Amino acid sequence: MEENKKKLYTLLVYSENVAGILNQVTAVFTRRQVNIESLNVSASSIPGVHKYTITAWSDEDQIIKIAHQIEKKIDVVKANYFTDDQLFIRESGLYKLSAPMVMENPEISRTIRRFQASIIEVNPTYIIVQMHGVTEDIISLYRALDTFGCVLQYTRSGRIAVTRGMQEQVSEFLEEREQHG
Amino acid sequence: MLKDRITGSKALMRALQAEGVKTIFGYPGGSIMPVYDALFDYTRGEKKCFDHILVRHEQAATHAAEGYARVSGEVGVALVTSGPGVTNTLTGIADAMLDSTPIVVIAGQVPISALGTDAFQEVDLVGVAQPISKWSYQIRHAEDVAWAVSRAFYIARTGRPGPVVLDFAKNAQVEEIDWEPMKVNFVRSYVPYPKLDEKAVREAAELINNAKKPLALVGQGVELGNAQAELVKFLEKADIPAGRTMLGLSALPSNHPLNVGMLGMHGNYAVNLKEQECDVLIAIGMRFSDRVTGNLKTYAKQAKIIHLDIDRSEIDKNVKTDVAVVADCKESLPAITALLKENNHQGWRDSFRELDKKERQKVIEPAIHPKDGPLLMGEVVNAVAEQSPDDTILVTDVGQNQLFATRYFKYHHQRSICTSGGLGTMGYGMPAAIGATFAAPERTVCCFMGDGGFQMCIEELGTIMEQKAPVKMILMNNHYLGNVRQWQDMFWMRRKSFTKMMNPDYEQIAKGYGIAYEAISDRKDLAAAVERMLKTDGPFILECQIKEEDDVLPMTPPGMNVDDMKLEI
Repeated sequence: MEENKKKLYTLLVYSENVAGILNQVTAVFTRRQVNIESLNVSASSIPGVHKYTITAWSDEDQIIKIAHQIEKKIDVVKANYFTDDQLFIRESGLYKLSAPMVMENPEISRTIRRFQASIIEVNPTYIIVQMHGVTEDIISLYRALDTFGCVLQYTRSGRIAVTRGMQEQVSEFLEEREQHG
Repeated sequence: MLKDRITGSKALMRALQAEGVKTIFGYPGGSIMPVYDALFDYTRGEKKCFDHILVRHEQAATHAAEGYARVSGEVGVALVTSGPGVTNTLTGIADAMLDSTPIVVIAGQVPISALGTDAFQEVDLVGVAQPISKWSYQIRHAEDVAWAVSRAFYIARTGRPGPVVLDFAKNAQVEEIDWEPMKVNFVRSYVPYPKLDEKAVREAAELINNAKKPLALVGQGVELGNAQAELVKFLEKADIPAGRTMLGLSALPSNHPLNVGMLGMHGNYAVNLKEQECDVLIAIGMRFSDRVTGNLKTYAKQAKIIHLDIDRSEIDKNVKTDVAVVADCKESLPAITALLKENNHQGWRDSFRELDKKERQKVIEPAIHPKDGPLLMGEVVNAVAEQSPDDTILVTDVGQNQLFATRYFKYHHQRSICTSGGLGTMGYGMPAAIGATFAAPERTVCCFMGDGGFQMCIEELGTIMEQKAPVKMILMNNHYLGNVRQWQDMFWMRRKSFTKMMNPDYEQIAKGYGIAYEAISDRKDLAAAVERMLKTDGPFILECQIKEEDDVLPMTPPGMNVDDMKLEI
């Protein structure tokens, strides 16, 4: 695959909450040697249904095939792929900073405020900062803080996303299935 | 009210009975003993509901289940123990997955209390089987049995069929429950029969109505959907010539005037070339395997592509479609046919004849009616095809035997072919043929094997002996792994690396198993030997000493364009 045709796609997958589904979903990527960039799994708004938000670099041809192969799994309800402009996207970052260094250098606090990040824990040894945003914001804050040499730990969540469309298609689909099933 | 308390093993028996299972291919072992104990009562006396066929290796249980399923149209069942018992079935499961064959493999598992402890004969079956099965599930408690078994059969047989694996923990086999039957015929996340899109049907019909050179490619989907009659009506109304994939060979009778032969690397010459000339290509229940398309970059680029398939993930997977009709072809074919104009494409059909003639002259005649030289595979197949009843089931192993057999056999009856098309599993033939004899005891089963594949599941001669399974085994012995040898000669500078094979004395082997045996090497003995084989009650091994280095032709070399087909090397 030509690298320049690749885009970061987000797959939203809904499945029944049964053991082993994650394995089945990731196996579709493994078989094609496609790396998963980020993965978030949690209960969805529909009882008994789990939602997977997966990002991966791919071209459109391949991501369509991946989505179809995932949706083909018996206990997967729906698998759809999106580009960033079709979604509201958020990630979280947690930054553990050295408290003495933050106290010494007021520029660090200013940076935190500039990024609209919030401080959620303070104690004599460290300060925990959290930030929500898109990937670039979270990474930018890390880079900015890192220049002060004050970062003890840093972690970034997987992406979560909701579509810009009105309906959660999955609940409609399930309602229709239950009615006609 | 008196409760009906039974063990999980007995619940399995009742659940299998409720699914209409008649035949089970299996092999007992430690973790499945409670089930085998329950089975004892269900296979004899007044309570008898099942025939249990004791195979000699678990791989064979799955291939036999596949042969059974392919011929009967019902779900084949294999029953094995945990650990090595079930890892031995993985080849069969993968085979059934690629060839869309409905089987249910039920395996013992260590008790759930021992899971994850590396207990004796413990293997993570669900984890291992998931990527190669349609559904895998662990039955952890006896109360799950009725639901899991019914769901397994429902999933295996509906939509695009496939293998399902049930991992039956030993504690669940012995636990007692109050029996309550259950029937699963709905899974909300699984849509086995997509709703027919009428717009797509209209678009397909319009393309076909305007086509000057339409060509249909018929796959196994037609047999799986029992749509043979619907196919014929469709083809006849619009006068469309049709090629069949290897697995779809008996979806359209060989002698139907619109049949233009087999597709693929070693298929028929005309249809391979015409795929590059047609203006509308209608693929029906087939998946554009690389063995059919050759180089995808050049494949049928001039044609509008219509793809009828029940599995949406097949659409645009290999070949980009112009119109996709995602539905059971039993439904989509008549819907399209209703909108078709009666048509006549005689000029187009006649244009196949010249190429057919060329193939006949250069390849077919020399293969099936050679004048001199050693005996050839093609003529052996032809002799069996000529003498065997019209509803004979062809079973093949994999390799040259498969290619010659599928090319030169005749198909008059639906569900007449068992062959490992997708996975290309050597050793498939003999056990699949056993399964076929149980699916259709009234039909003749002819199984063509090479000396390589014959030895790969040779232990099943024991099953054949014990069951007196009337498999007519045609062992085409060229003392080579012939297909690999052919490729070595064609593409690897004739360096025959480990393809020459020393063979045992098959007569002694047949004798050991008490199976009727005859050997021939001279063509003048062929017809009479085939006649004796077909007239013999029960199993028969006909060993044919054939030309050592014979090549299957025509051939589209791998990765080449489909019309780069060679009639000679």
